[in-house]
Amino acid sequence: MSGHSSSTSSSKKTQKNITIALAGNANVGKSVLFNQLTGSSQIIGNWPGKTVEKAEGTLNFEGQQITIIDLPGIYSFSTFGMEEIVSREYIATENPDVVINVVDAAVLERNLFFTLQLIEMGAPLVICLNQVDIAKNKGIVIDTKKLGQALGVPVVPTVAIRGEGMYELTKTALSVARNASSNGKTHVRYGAEIEERIAKLDQAIQTGNLRLTYPSRWVAIKLLENDPEIKKLVASKSEDVIKMSEALAAEISSIHKEPCFAVIASERYFLANKIAGESQRQSEIRTTFSDKLDWIATHRVYGYLMSAAVVGGLLLWTFFVGNFLSKLISTYVTSRVQPLDPKVSGSILAIVWNGIWGGVDAGITLIVPFVIPFYLLLAMIEDSGLLTRVAFMMDSAMHKIGLHGKALIPIILGYGCGVPAIASCKIMETRRERLLASFAITFAPCAARTIVIFGMVGLFLGVQWALALYVVDVAIIFVMGRIAMKAVPGKSTGLIMEMHSFKVPSFSVVRKQTWIRTKSIFYFVFPIYMLGSALVQVLFALNLLAPIGNVMSPLTVTVLGLPVITGILLIFGVVRKELVLLGAVAIFGTANLALFMTPVQLTTLALVSLIYFPCISVFTILAKEFGWKAATTISVANIISAILIGGLAFRLLTLFL
Amino acid sequence: MTPKSTADYLKVIGALSKNGDLVGTTEISHKLDVAPASVTEMLKKLAEDGYVNYSPYQGSTLTEKGLQEAQKIMRKHRLLETFLFNKLKIGKDKVHEEACEMEHALSDEAEESLCRFLNHPDKCPDDGKIIPACNLPFATCEECIQMHNKGLEQVGQREANLVSICTLKVGACGKVSFIRGEHRVLQRLLDIGLTPGTSIKVEKIAPLKGPVEVCVRGSKVALGQDIAANVFVDCTQKT
Repeated sequence: MSGHSSSTSSSKKTQKNITIALAGNANVGKSVLFNQLTGSSQIIGNWPGKTVEKAEGTLNFEGQQITIIDLPGIYSFSTFGMEEIVSREYIATENPDVVINVVDAAVLERNLFFTLQLIEMGAPLVICLNQVDIAKNKGIVIDTKKLGQALGVPVVPTVAIRGEGMYELTKTALSVARNASSNGKTHVRYGAEIEERIAKLDQAIQTGNLRLTYPSRWVAIKLLENDPEIKKLVASKSEDVIKMSEALAAEISSIHKEPCFAVIASERYFLANKIAGESQRQSEIRTTFSDKLDWIATHRVYGYLMSAAVVGGLLLWTFFVGNFLSKLISTYVTSRVQPLDPKVSGSILAIVWNGIWGGVDAGITLIVPFVIPFYLLLAMIEDSGLLTRVAFMMDSAMHKIGLHGKALIPIILGYGCGVPAIASCKIMETRRERLLASFAITFAPCAARTIVIFGMVGLFLGVQWALALYVVDVAIIFVMGRIAMKAVPGKSTGLIMEMHSFKVPSFSVVRKQTWIRTKSIFYFVFPIYMLGSALVQVLFALNLLAPIGNVMSPLTVTVLGLPVITGILLIFGVVRKELVLLGAVAIFGTANLALFMTPVQLTTLALVSLIYFPCISVFTILAKEFGWKAATTISVANIISAILIGGLAFRLLTLFL
Repeated sequence: MTPKSTADYLKVIGALSKNGDLVGTTEISHKLDVAPASVTEMLKKLAEDGYVNYSPYQGSTLTEKGLQEAQKIMRKHRLLETFLFNKLKIGKDKVHEEACEMEHALSDEAEESLCRFLNHPDKCPDDGKIIPACNLPFATCEECIQMHNKGLEQVGQREANLVSICTLKVGACGKVSFIRGEHRVLQRLLDIGLTPGTSIKVEKIAPLKGPVEVCVRGSKVALGQDIAANVFVDCTQKT
C-alpha cells in the first residue's frame, strides 16, 4: 500500500499487529473460515467474566502479523444474551482494525440484516460472501460488485471449506485495515421521519458529551429500539437523553402504528431485501440433495426412525470404539505402570499413590476412549445439520419436561460425561431451562455409569438386561424431568431455530468442538478423580467407611435388598461412578461378583448407581453454574429417587428373576 | 333442545373446518345436537346471509365474513374461559358452559379490555386452544398497551382475517400481520426476519404438535408450537 494516511494511528498499525474480528450469523461457516485462516495457532478460552467461548488465533500474511478473533454467531445486536453483548462491546471498545462479516450467500437477505447493523456500528468492514457454491447449487448467483457498491464495502466471494478466496479475502481485509479512513463512510439510511429523529437524538448525545465508547448515532438508534443495556448505560449519565428518546420513539410508533423497535427492524429488513434483490439472481429453485435428505429426516415416520438410528448409532459406535481403544490403552500404556485395581490395604502411602494413579488411569482408559470418540461423532452429526432435524422432531417430547428441542444436545452430551454436558447447557435461554436440563443430565448414563451397567448387569445377566436398564433410564429422565418442571416455577421459552441446509461436516470445526467439550474433563474431572480416589481409599483402609456403611444399612439392606458392603461401594461411587464396580472387585477380591450378589442385587445396584448421586465432579460443576443450594437440592432429589426407584426395582425384580 | 344461534353454527363450522375443508351436515348436526333437517335449513339461511358457502350433499365452509364472525365469538369465548378459570378460580369443568352463556353478551370494548387485563393470553386454560387475534389494527400487543386510553372507534379496525400459523397447512402462504407475546420473543422473531408484512410459507410441520418450519426471506426457521401459535398471518392475498 502507498504508505502514509493522514491519521497517525493507522500508520502505526502498519508496523504493528493488525486485529481482524470475524462476525456473522450462526452456521454461515465462520468457524471454518477461522480455522482456515489461523490453522493450529488457536487459543480457546472465555471472554473475561463471561461464559461465552472466545477463540483467538494468529496469522502471518506476507510478513504482517495478524490476530484473528472469532466473535460468537449472532443474528442481531439486540440484547438477548451474553453473546450479543460480548460482540458489540468488543467491536466498540477494542476497535478491531477490520471486521470480516461472514455472510451465507444462500440466505443473503437475512444475513444482510446483520451486515447493516455492523455498518451502523461504524466498524471498518469487509464482506466475506461464503458458501457461494451451495448458493449456486440452489440456483442463486450474486453479483459481488453490485453488492459491494450497494453496501459501500468490499465483498469477497469464498468457499471457506475448500479454502477458496482466502488469499483475496485477507488481502482485502488488510488494505481496509490500513486505510482506516474508510471507517464510517457508509450509512444505513432509514425513512425520513426516522432519520430526522435519529439526528435529533444523535445531536443531544453529542452535545451532552456522555463519553460513550459506542458511536453516537448507533446509541441513538439503540435508544429508539429500547435496548435495555444501552438505556441503562445512558441513564447513568443523562436522564434527559432517555426522556427525549422515549418521546421520539413514541412519535415514530404513532406514525407507523407499530412499536418503534419493530419499525426499525422492518426498515432494516426492507433495505436488506432491496439490496439482496438488486444484487442476486435466482434462477429456478432446484431440489438439492440436501432437500431430499431433509424430507426424510423430518418425515413423520422416517424422521423418528432416523432420529432413533442417529442416537442409537452414536451410542453403539461409542461402545465399540471405546471398548477397543480402552483395551488398547490399558494393555499398552497404563497396565505397564501399575495394575488398575484399587488398593484397599497396605501402607497409607501406597494406598494414596494407588488412589492418585487409579484416578489418572480411570481417566485415560475409561473416560477418554469413550468420551472422545462419542463427542467426535456427535460434533460431526451436529455440524452436518442432522442434529438440528433430530431437535426439530423431538421438540414436542422435550416440551413435556419443560425444555425445547435445542436441549437435546446437552442431554445427549450427558451420555458421555456430565461435566461438559452441564457446561454446554448455556445454550439454553433461561436459568430455569439450564437448571432443568442439568437435572435431566444427572440421570443420564455417562461413560462411567455405562461401565457399571455393563460390568455388573451386561456381564452376569446378559446384554439385553443392560439395554433394558438404558430404556428404564430414559423413562426415569422423562418422569423426573416432568416432576422438576412442575416443581421449578416459571414459563418455558419456545423453540426458534434456524434449519440450515445439510452440509459435509468440516473436520477442523468438528475437531475444535470436540476439544472444547473434552478439555474440561482434563482440567476439571481428572484432578477430582485423583484426589477423590486417594481420599476415599485411605478412608476405607483406616476403617472409617465401614461405620458409615453400617449406618446406611437400613437403606441398603432393608429398602434396596443389597449386602451391607454396598454402602461403602456407593460412597466410593461418589468420587467416580465406575468405582462402584472396581471397588466391589477389590473388596471381594474377585471379578466374579455373581459369587457374592444375586442377579437381582446386581441389577438393583447398577440401577441405583445410575441415579443415586451425581459424582463429585458433576456436583462441583452444578455448584459452579447454579450455586451450592441448587446443587444440593438436585443431589437430594437424586438420592430420594434412587431409594424409591431402587426399592421398587428390587421388589419387582424378585418376582421375575 | 334450545334453538341454536347463528354464532353457534359459525363457531362449530369454524372449529370443524380445519384448513378450509368442507364440513358435512351430519357432523354439524352431531356437534350441535340438532336434527339434520334443521341444520340444512339453517345452512341455507346462513348462505343467503353470506356467512357460509353451502353446497348440498357436499358440505359447507365459512366465507371471509363468516370466518370473521366465528373468530370473534371464539375469541370472546376463550378469553372468558381464561378469565373464569385464572381469575375467578372456577373449575375447569364449568368454565366452558359458563363462557358459552356469557360470550353473546360481551361487547367488543369489554373484550379488548379483558384481553389487556389478562395480559394478552394466548391459549385458553381448559383445552389449550389458541385464542384468535383481535381485530384491532395492531402488529403487536405493545401498541395496544400504549393506545389503551383511546376509544375503539379512534383506533379503527383490521380489515383482514388473521389466522395463527399453527392452523395452516403445509405449503400455505401468508403475510405476517400480528405477533402476540412478550418483548424478548418478539424481538427475536423480528431479528430472524418475521417483521410485520413479510410473506412466509409453511414448509413443514413436525408430528405430535411439534414445531412449524417456515420459509421467511429465503431462510428456513423452525418455530415451536408455543411461538408459532402467536404468529398470525393474513392469508387472503394468495400468491
